[in-house]
Amino acid sequence: MSEERKKRETPLLDELESGPWPSFVKEIKKSDTPMADDLLGVLERSYEEHIGHWKHGGLVGVMGYGGGVIGRYSDVPQDFPEVAEFHTMRINQPAAWFYTSDALRKITDIWERHGSGLTNMHGSTGDIVLLGCKTEALEPTFAELTSLGFDLGGSGSDMRTPSCCIGQARCEWACYDTMGACYDFTQTYQDELHRPAFPYKYKLKFAGCPNDCVASVARSDMSFIGVWRDDIKVDAEQVKAYAASGKLDIQQDVCDRCPTRCMRWDGASLAIDNANCVKCMHCINAMPKALAPGDDRGAAILIGAKAPIVGGALLGSVLVPFIKMEPPYEEIKELLSRIWDLWAEYGKNRERVGEFIQRLGLGNFLEQIGLEPVPEMITAPRANPYVFYQDTVEEEA
Amino acid sequence: MSVGVDQVAEAMFQLVTETHGKKSLKAMDLTKAMIEKFGAAECDKELCKHAIRQLMDSGRCIYSYLGGSYITLPPDKA
Repeated sequence: MSEERKKRETPLLDELESGPWPSFVKEIKKSDTPMADDLLGVLERSYEEHIGHWKHGGLVGVMGYGGGVIGRYSDVPQDFPEVAEFHTMRINQPAAWFYTSDALRKITDIWERHGSGLTNMHGSTGDIVLLGCKTEALEPTFAELTSLGFDLGGSGSDMRTPSCCIGQARCEWACYDTMGACYDFTQTYQDELHRPAFPYKYKLKFAGCPNDCVASVARSDMSFIGVWRDDIKVDAEQVKAYAASGKLDIQQDVCDRCPTRCMRWDGASLAIDNANCVKCMHCINAMPKALAPGDDRGAAILIGAKAPIVGGALLGSVLVPFIKMEPPYEEIKELLSRIWDLWAEYGKNRERVGEFIQRLGLGNFLEQIGLEPVPEMITAPRANPYVFYQDTVEEEA
Repeated sequence: MSVGVDQVAEAMFQLVTETHGKKSLKAMDLTKAMIEKFGAAECDKELCKHAIRQLMDSGRCIYSYLGGSYITLPPDKA
């Protein structure tokens, strides 16, 4: 910090520097720029007044793109001129967030030259989030990032940057190549990512197994969750070893916690009624050396999850119980195209696809996208089937 | 199709200009209007997508975000 510049007093924020835990105040102060100083100043005022001082949206962006920049303005620019414009840039992350340290240094160097130097690794959607720059800095930042091989991610009413778990790169449970699928869909839908054409956002997330490390079931309009359709693989000797270790009570900790009670333990061997397994992963997580997903692997496609912005939160529900996840994913892309066509045409402004399905009714939605109803289309395991049985079907039969 | 991207882009631009300040238009609003204007046999969603891209890449139109993403005129052209 230069000697001439007087630091803002932030007594309330300073309290958040104490303690052994990481402090965002400490981190912002490390930036030591006029922009960071005004950011702390406006936040201190929010702490004093118990209200936020930001507004967002507007006309900011880079040429040709409708996503990737979120306009952010202070509503007290006269008092905090350095953050009068404090736009966010979302950068499309590599699948599963693999970077070299060199790439990260280059990105942050660019951001220190053009923006606040503050980042958010990573945003809820998965992008690298570069926090705070002026409108005039957007194009130069974008130019440097693209010359480095990076691109903006999604924002607004577009397909948001797809994200995935680490998949087969580092996880033994991955039932398909999440990173390959994420990369493929990102490349295929560049237009949908950069040029908003939907009623509202549409998120795709790829999880390799039902542990769902990217929280796709809660946070993506369309989630691809790795599953298997044959039997759980059992290593009987390892099951016995778990029992003998005394660290795991197989009856209490595994069988009794199975949501469908499809496992039986007689003290010597474990029997699984695989037809009733709902792929919750609990038993596999509890005994990773003894149990593993089957060999016939693919993904279940779920639709309609969303966080509670505008309407209430929704969890995804099953749309396709099982599909092989193999490039070039033509069948899935055709399905996605039919969903987007329908929702784009009839969805209301700011209506997520899950809300659209609720308004339209699942039966009508399925009919319009040309998908047959199946018993697995349920809102929760073993409960609430919402594909309605029609009298006319019985009469015709 | 005898209708080209340039023609659709021009018609979209006219619509955005005429409605500027009166009605906010989304990409689908423009697409529906063009299909109605030129007919489904002459103009489809793909053609409209290319036309929108042309408008954006040329800077004649920009996206705005006001609770949703809209297509509008740049501030200096409005």
